[in-house]
Amino acid sequence: MRGRTILTRPKTQDPRPKTQDPRPKTQDPRLRDLETRVFRSPKLSQFGMRGYNPSGMSEAIAGIIDEKGKVRSGAVVPEIDRDDLIRLYRAMLLNRRVDERMLKLQRQGRISFYVGAAGEEGAIIGSAFAMQDDDWLIPCYREAGAAFLRGYSLKDFTNQLYGNLEDEIKGRQMPCHWASRELRLASVSSPVGSQIPHANGFGLAAKFTGRKEVALVYFGEGATSEGDFHVACNIAGVFKAPVVFFCRNNQWAISVPSEVQTASETYAIKAKAYGIEGVQVDGNDVLAVYQVTVEAAERARRGEGATLIEAITYRQGAHTSSDDPRAYRSDDEVAVWKKRDPIERFRIFLVDQGYWSAAQDKKLEEELNEEIQTAVRRAEKLGPPDIETVFQDVFAEMPWHLREQLDELNETLNSEVE
Amino acid sequence: MSETAREHPAVQKASSGNPRSIMYREALREALLEEMRRDASVFLLGEGIARRGGSYKVTEGLLNEFGPKRVIDTPLAEATFTGAGVGAALTGMRPVVEILFIDFSMLILDQIANQAAKLQFMTNKQCSVPMVLRTQGGAGNGLAAQHSQSLEAIFYHIPGLHLAMPATPYDAKGLMKSAIRSDFPVVFIEHKLLYMTEGEVPEEEYLIPFGEASIKRPGNDLTLVAWSNMLPRSLKAAESLAEEGIDIEVVDPRTLVPLDKKTIVDSVRKTQHLVIVQEAVRRGGVASDIASYVHEEAFDYLDAPIEIVAGLNTPIPYNLSLEKACIPQEVDIIEAVRRALARTV
Repeated sequence: MRGRTILTRPKTQDPRPKTQDPRPKTQDPRLRDLETRVFRSPKLSQFGMRGYNPSGMSEAIAGIIDEKGKVRSGAVVPEIDRDDLIRLYRAMLLNRRVDERMLKLQRQGRISFYVGAAGEEGAIIGSAFAMQDDDWLIPCYREAGAAFLRGYSLKDFTNQLYGNLEDEIKGRQMPCHWASRELRLASVSSPVGSQIPHANGFGLAAKFTGRKEVALVYFGEGATSEGDFHVACNIAGVFKAPVVFFCRNNQWAISVPSEVQTASETYAIKAKAYGIEGVQVDGNDVLAVYQVTVEAAERARRGEGATLIEAITYRQGAHTSSDDPRAYRSDDEVAVWKKRDPIERFRIFLVDQGYWSAAQDKKLEEELNEEIQTAVRRAEKLGPPDIETVFQDVFAEMPWHLREQLDELNETLNSEVE
Repeated sequence: MSETAREHPAVQKASSGNPRSIMYREALREALLEEMRRDASVFLLGEGIARRGGSYKVTEGLLNEFGPKRVIDTPLAEATFTGAGVGAALTGMRPVVEILFIDFSMLILDQIANQAAKLQFMTNKQCSVPMVLRTQGGAGNGLAAQHSQSLEAIFYHIPGLHLAMPATPYDAKGLMKSAIRSDFPVVFIEHKLLYMTEGEVPEEEYLIPFGEASIKRPGNDLTLVAWSNMLPRSLKAAESLAEEGIDIEVVDPRTLVPLDKKTIVDSVRKTQHLVIVQEAVRRGGVASDIASYVHEEAFDYLDAPIEIVAGLNTPIPYNLSLEKACIPQEVDIIEAVRRALARTV
């Protein structure tokens, strides 16, 4: 793990020429701290020299492509074929464009709520890509991109946002609270951290029945303050549960900055106390996230236990449509992180590899726009689910106290029709 | 009107002399501000309450005046910071702990039910827990099953907790100030649809004691008991029915624990009809409990069975039209009133 010494290392040791830094200078202490901690870390800048350390749980932040989209010198690029790389890129871009469109719909009052993932697509999609189809993904609420990658359709996603009569979960859940048993996507749950203990259950069930499945659970760095996180890590350690704890450290728990969330040097270091592995990865580097997650999943599959991955990333947008981050953070900070955008970096990488071109990009943008338009137009036309659905599934069979209310409601509705 | 005499004299003064209308959330903010200025042992603890000023802006600007020692943004650890609130209260501090949504108060039940509620009893009054738990509940914004519940019955059920559910800015401010000054743990449940509603609040300081209902509209034909966001809805229903010559008395208990049984029973003895409106699901609710008290004490006065208008016994769905069907609307209240009065011999 990185030590605090990094913070106090004199600036003169920063190997990059000062003139290359286009970032606005600021006196905001938080911003200075953040730049130093994450991206001015000498260890990180030296990282390209050492390459990606495949033993995983390295002393530095794992990274493969740098902020400018170039492969760090000496880094080992994971073997992923071209089509899959483009699939990854497509999912990331889809995620970004869907978020932009849906947030507009929310502002127009057409849906009540939305959770976007701008800036975190690399962490979300890179990790999902590392898992096998039989593995469970247990989402927090920002992982629509992971669902898209798994094959969750934009149509289903949009119907869920509208809670219309074709919504797979019958208009019952808040927008972005999807679930798909078929795709092994557990249900999104609002109370923070409540999904983390479930991962042990998924993992242990696989272990006890001899299935080689792994559960990956997503949560933000804010959730690491919940008791559930600690208890879950402890149990995973004791039982060697086949679990990957994936912490999206996006720097902000709504308005609470990461450095106020914990006094630990890193989030990954918390793993040590529970006897599981911990690793930090550049969360805006989709390939590094993939590589780290593959290794964690394989460890789990081999029966060697759980890993806590801390993906260092940034929430470029608001926490949700109900939040306005201008109240608590500076535009400068956001601008700094936008320059580290995971999609842009990956696009440059693909172009450099000869896998992608501006023309292809333009075509993909048009295709995604069309897909999104179609899904929205369709979802918007559909009415609400039948009123009877409200009474269904509360219990396996409808008890009298619900049956009576249903009958009453039908009577009222019928009398209104007359 | 004898009924308005139940209100604090300041109200009449305000309405006659210096009328000032502010929002529910502003009234709450004023209460916190005044109590924090008055008593240095009052401090706030919660998620996003300091820099962000709270999701509904109730704590907006308080950080500037009182600083980070008294307006504390906590890590995301509801059970633990509520426990810290209990601990601080045991030393004589007066913490106001905020839980963003009442749905998330299920994460802190041990600290509230087994600790805060019982410590005074278990220690034979060697210590008390003068803590206020501020939270908000209710449906209406399309926030679905985990952000829309009305869970007052859970707290109502636990001995040792006081429970306030104000419906107007005036009541919100007066009850919050009393809650902070009280030596017992108070669960203070606000409603997300009420924050932006306005009402008269006097400039002068006032307190509203716990256990005093408020007759929000005097009437003779039927008693409507409603609290929180069901109050404005019931008042609207009463106004509609007034056009038909039906004269309804609307009673807001304001605090459910202690419950002002006397005002409710007296009203029913006068009107001989009772409709109770609660947003929470029908089963195991406070409405049933109020009905049972009225049965005990005013059965012979009733001309018709008590009607309860309540939420459906289901989780709250997201889809707005389904959500609406789950929560009592004005029309449901009007129908219940008609049913109750139609049965009159």
